[in-house]
Amino acid sequence: MSKKQLLSRLLQMLVVLIGISILTFLLTYLSPGDPVRNMYLAQGLMPDEEQVAVLREEMGLNDPFLTQYFRWLGNCLRGDFGNSFSLNKPVVTLLSARLWPTLKLAFCAMVIMLIVAVPLGVLSAVYHNKPIDYIVRAITFFGVSVPNFWVGLMLTLLFAVRLKLVPVVSSGGSFKDLILPSVTLAIAMTAKYTRQVRTAVLEELHSDYVIGARARGVAESKILWGNVFPNSLLPLITMLGISIGSLLGGTSVVEVIFSYPGLGNLAVSAITSYDYYLIQGYVLWVSIIYMVINLLVDISYNYVDPRMRLRR
Amino acid sequence: MKKKNFFLRYPGFTIFAILAAAIVLVAIFAPQITHGVSPIKGNLAEAIMEPSAEHPFGTDKMGRDVFTRVIYGARASLSSTFLLVMVIFVLGTFLGIISGYFGGAVDAVIMRLADMMMAFPGLVLAIAVAGILGASMRNAVIAISLVSWPKYARLARSLVMKIRHTDFVAAAIVTGSKTPYMLWKYMLPNTITTLVITAATDIGGMMMELAALSFLGFGATPPTPEWGFMLNEGRSFMQSAPWMMIYPGLAIFITVVVFNMLGDNLRDILDPRNED
Repeated sequence: MSKKQLLSRLLQMLVVLIGISILTFLLTYLSPGDPVRNMYLAQGLMPDEEQVAVLREEMGLNDPFLTQYFRWLGNCLRGDFGNSFSLNKPVVTLLSARLWPTLKLAFCAMVIMLIVAVPLGVLSAVYHNKPIDYIVRAITFFGVSVPNFWVGLMLTLLFAVRLKLVPVVSSGGSFKDLILPSVTLAIAMTAKYTRQVRTAVLEELHSDYVIGARARGVAESKILWGNVFPNSLLPLITMLGISIGSLLGGTSVVEVIFSYPGLGNLAVSAITSYDYYLIQGYVLWVSIIYMVINLLVDISYNYVDPRMRLRR
Repeated sequence: MKKKNFFLRYPGFTIFAILAAAIVLVAIFAPQITHGVSPIKGNLAEAIMEPSAEHPFGTDKMGRDVFTRVIYGARASLSSTFLLVMVIFVLGTFLGIISGYFGGAVDAVIMRLADMMMAFPGLVLAIAVAGILGASMRNAVIAISLVSWPKYARLARSLVMKIRHTDFVAAAIVTGSKTPYMLWKYMLPNTITTLVITAATDIGGMMMELAALSFLGFGATPPTPEWGFMLNEGRSFMQSAPWMMIYPGLAIFITVVVFNMLGDNLRDILDPRNED
């Protein structure tokens, strides 16, 4: 990516970011009923009219929409995402405490995914329409069809409840705590990614230069790892960026199953207690992380694909 | 001649079409299959009983028959999934065709909206929307539609763009075809096959997303029998009553497998270019 491209990309990101912030802010507006009343009710309190009115005024809920939005945006830009209503702490403190465990979980899942998906995908492509290919395809098919929360529950039942190899509730501290959640998270992604690796490699294997290389007697392994695989990396990196998005979004379900102390778990409990600031903070943070990752993926093309460098 | 042999020519499609139809029939005839046992009213004296001849899948904490609830659960899962796929299919196709056909400001607005929706990773926005709107199957459908239409819109747009500037389209416009006619007779038919394939292959995934929302407590509400929510209820009884979560999960799994296979087979029939 040249400097100019990067700049236009950043500008595009800014537009989308503004959109994201409006949408995130609108979440409170979408909410049926009065947010203040909902917050009280979620805590099991019956507020009187006066309390509600005072708090509404305090939160600035009586101001016009744009005033509210820009005040909120200004605060966010200064790093102030408000106070969590249910946990009585600044949203920033809560989110940053949970950010690391979630990233750790997503990272582990991604490592598992790469370790399994890349060899399986390549194998399946090389032995196209042979028994190995059929087996891999069958496995990936089941992988994409099984709900990951159910797999998580079943794995817990087997390994934690019956065999007692790992703890039922993971505190997110030790390595042992990470195994089940990250495996659960990785299953669906691995299956999808294996298919994509297979398709990408297969496509590359059918190109003319491969036939040419074979005709010249170049060793098959050299063609595969020296030419075909590096050439199919580009689409694979793009898909990896997209997969990371699903990983980040998918963590909430897995975190709830394993009571893992991550962002997703926090968000789910925030929603059940109508903790608007916390929900807004969560949605905003995760989407920004996702955007940054995708930007990094785009920048990495520079290093993977020499054609991108030459274009400058 | 061709029509007569259709089912024989595509045995894979036929088998899974029959299985899918069977699942739909199970949902429709749930009362007959379960011999009139109520999925909602339980007998507390029979709470948490192991699978037996009387209760093949056991009973739950309210003494309700799990088998009955799994069978009835097909209703909520299937109807909401079909509704969801219909909504995103119609909405996405419509916006995509308009975007590709008119271009310019319309295109920019729709596509930037799509970009924004796609900037939220996975279920993040859907969870927030479903949670804030309040738990119900309808709100879960709204939430997932909101984040899923861009995929269809982009696809439809790119397909329309491919033919937008071809000669036959220009000729049709010059000879006085009205815009709605153009969209309906030229643009839609060119996009519909690919979009139908996408929708068909998406059914399984959408079903799992809905079940995931229900599992988190943002979908179906008790006492409605729904597979995702049954897993949620069964979770706290994992040790004492594993059957409470084994069977609903199995039901989701089997249904998703059948619909995924059906979708894949349909794709092979409609799109011969794809060799997988």
